[in-house]
Amino acid sequence: MSTFLLNNKYTIGIIMGVLFGLLARLSMLRTDYRQYPTHPHGKIIHLSLGIIAAALGAVAVPALLKKDYTAVTFLTVAAQQFRDVRNMERDTLTKIDGMELVQRGATYIEGIAMVFEGRNYLVIMSSFVTSFTAITLNWYLGLAAGALSLLVVHRLRTGKSISHIAEVELAPVRQEGADLYVGDIYIMNVGLKSNQEIISERGIGLIIKPNNPNSKATLSNLGQRQAILYDLSTILGVYRDDGEPALIPMAKLDMRDSRLGVFILPQEKDPAKAVEIALRVPILESAVRMPTEAKVNEEGN
Amino acid sequence: MAEIVAVVTTKKEMVRGGVPIFFEENREQVEETAFLLEKILDASVHDLKDGTLILVNHHPK
Repeated sequence: MSTFLLNNKYTIGIIMGVLFGLLARLSMLRTDYRQYPTHPHGKIIHLSLGIIAAALGAVAVPALLKKDYTAVTFLTVAAQQFRDVRNMERDTLTKIDGMELVQRGATYIEGIAMVFEGRNYLVIMSSFVTSFTAITLNWYLGLAAGALSLLVVHRLRTGKSISHIAEVELAPVRQEGADLYVGDIYIMNVGLKSNQEIISERGIGLIIKPNNPNSKATLSNLGQRQAILYDLSTILGVYRDDGEPALIPMAKLDMRDSRLGVFILPQEKDPAKAVEIALRVPILESAVRMPTEAKVNEEGN
Repeated sequence: MAEIVAVVTTKKEMVRGGVPIFFEENREQVEETAFLLEKILDASVHDLKDGTLILVNHHPK
């Protein structure tokens, strides 16, 4: 047994690397309420790409150990390949977005595309670490390193949500003639009586209060606002149709204190659930701003 | 930028310009015409609060 393990060190290392890479990809491939990646073909595509990424990470180790340094350049091919994955996801999602009643918006799409690219690199990392340890040390340490890399991957998988940066509370939807308010925040002008009736019957208002200057900047990002509307509309349903331009969920800022007024028209009128959903909306990486980290502000304190 | 695509009003003397204008007798008729136009044009109705409703296309190509 031990001679077999010694003789086939590289093969075993590579197989373990690929397996752990694949496990990493599987653990990061979740189809949730947004149904993306789509089931089953979207998933098949990403699993296959995951296997390729895992294989690349795993075979890089024997190449390096055999002092075949130029072989590392093929990792650049991998990088190119996964950039293409990102482009592919962006293109598909942008096209699909035109057919949604409430759109994801460009920032959300960019976020998803970025995640797809990033996760493939995590797979490469996981399989590289596993096969490196398995080949240079021994197979059971390889197992341990693989398990550890899965933990790291799991940590990197989860981002932050609105609950980390703001408080969400319910606010009454108020109509003064044609003017629509959520709490004291002006949302829009609704001209038709029939639409005003639907809004007073169906509308839910939320106010999102940012906790600090950083979250103010993030919440005021238009992409982040659209993500909030999209998540609320996906989970609660949306009372809207093509050709009904006035019945539109909307988020407006109170410019004085950067509170965000969110107006939605759900199918399922469940205000408590709406608050819960808003708290769990992911924060989009590209929407994050950190004004407090600026030199000017740090020196001031 | 959003675009005004039609105007519905009771006040003939207050409105003129380069978009289609619909004159109506009273507020109810203004509402009715605006409702129809909203569905036909896929443009939202906004109230100028002086008896005039405008139809606005918020996403002109």
